[in-house]
Amino acid sequence: MQYLVSVIDDKSNPGSTDRQPAISEFNERLIAGGYWVFAGGLADTDSATVIDNRGEQAVFSDGPFVESKEYLAGVWVWEAPDLDVALKLATEASKICDRKIEVRPFR
Amino acid sequence: MSDVDEVITRAHHDEWARVVAALTRRFSDLDIAEEAAAEAFATAVERWPVVGVPANPGAWLTTTANRKAIDRIRRENKRDDKHKEAQMVHDDDPPEPLGAIDDDRLRLIFTCCHPALAMEARLALTLRMVGGLTVPEIARAFLATESAMGQRITRAKSKIKAARIPYRMPSAEDLPARVTGVLAVVFLVFNEGYLATGPGTDPVRHDLTTEAIRLTRLIRVLLPRDGEVAGLLALMLLTEARRAARVSGSGELVALDEQDRGAWDAGLIAEGHRLVRERLAAAAAGVAPGRYQILAAINAVHTSARDSRDTDWSQVLALYDRLVRLDPSPIVALNRAIAVAELDGPEVALAIVDRLAEALAGYHAYHVTRADLLRRLGRGQESRAAYDKAIDLAGNTAETAYLTRRRDQLR
Repeated sequence: MQYLVSVIDDKSNPGSTDRQPAISEFNERLIAGGYWVFAGGLADTDSATVIDNRGEQAVFSDGPFVESKEYLAGVWVWEAPDLDVALKLATEASKICDRKIEVRPFR
Repeated sequence: MSDVDEVITRAHHDEWARVVAALTRRFSDLDIAEEAAAEAFATAVERWPVVGVPANPGAWLTTTANRKAIDRIRRENKRDDKHKEAQMVHDDDPPEPLGAIDDDRLRLIFTCCHPALAMEARLALTLRMVGGLTVPEIARAFLATESAMGQRITRAKSKIKAARIPYRMPSAEDLPARVTGVLAVVFLVFNEGYLATGPGTDPVRHDLTTEAIRLTRLIRVLLPRDGEVAGLLALMLLTEARRAARVSGSGELVALDEQDRGAWDAGLIAEGHRLVRERLAAAAAGVAPGRYQILAAINAVHTSARDSRDTDWSQVLALYDRLVRLDPSPIVALNRAIAVAELDGPEVALAIVDRLAEALAGYHAYHVTRADLLRRLGRGQESRAAYDKAIDLAGNTAETAYLTRRRDQLR
């Protein structure tokens, strides 16, 4: 079972910025444990572009997430046998990233 | 009620969770398990009065429910995974030995009380899957509409499935934390039964208090060495023991000091005291008691006194002092103040209670306590105002009746 693990930051109360070494070390452990599928940190929400081509012509905008207080700062995809395993890892990840983590299964 | 009806009712009470749990283990699907169990009981209602009650109702129900589940899976016929279906149909697992302690049911409780589910979803799901209560019954207990409650249960079940919440006992290291959540759910069920809210319900929902006690007994059989499980069971037994004396013939709540102690259930009290003694022995051996054990001990002190005037209040206060250290919530502080009033007088207690004003302004028991202390201090007008607030906030019909009479007695 694969889970999308979202790292959620908060603009008014951001997490610490010195997490990278600890995250790299955590990733090593995810790989060793067979949980790691994919991961990536995201650039600022300012850099995002939203495309809406449901109407007559495509509209480009910077989208709704630039405005919101909480935003997606990065993602992992983990392979885990069940939610308990994913939650245990996510609990650790939250401490390591100093941010909130959302765990959501792929369909 | 005919004999067969009685057998079916008892079978539902005793076997529902076992049947659902066995089917959940086999088919890994709460929906299939629940629907098949419900169909099996419906079939029993049709058949048993005609052909007679089977020798082993539990085994009959499990077998029938298994067959219903397989029929359902075949009927649905939409599954891509035919292979899996064939495997399920040919599952030759020996049936669970009846009467033995099976941890299937405990696994079911832990799944329904998984921390990834919202508290209210855990409550609803536990009552449905483990307690066997119907959706309308659960809706009534929690003052929700039937459709909202049905949705809550459906959503919880689909989260279990989609997020793959496992159907198993938590690992040894996770167990203590997870038991705490399970006990909290069961205690909420009990409290809702004990002081039922809502104008249309009985002031005491005997079905809910009984169900909570039954679930806790089950947890206790499965986790006999957990002190808090024993503590919660003792607490509920000692509370339930007073049920008959708690509401008067006219439907009014009777305060502890005015209850007819002869109407208390001696058997439940003896059992509760036995559990408390067991925990006291463990505490003497150095095991620090948790919240439920201390609350049970407080109830043991109350139920040991033949007359309310003989209550050992210094013992009660000492226990509350311990509880405050463990749980410094304003509600504990409020209950502690009641013991202080008995020992040091209402004035000292009122000073403590007044400091809780901000935290507890919306809590009816805060105003009840204040009203009582002000009444004892002869401050009638303030007491009346406090009773008014308490009546506004109280959701239990028997309690409202009691508070209204107390208020109207004031000059």
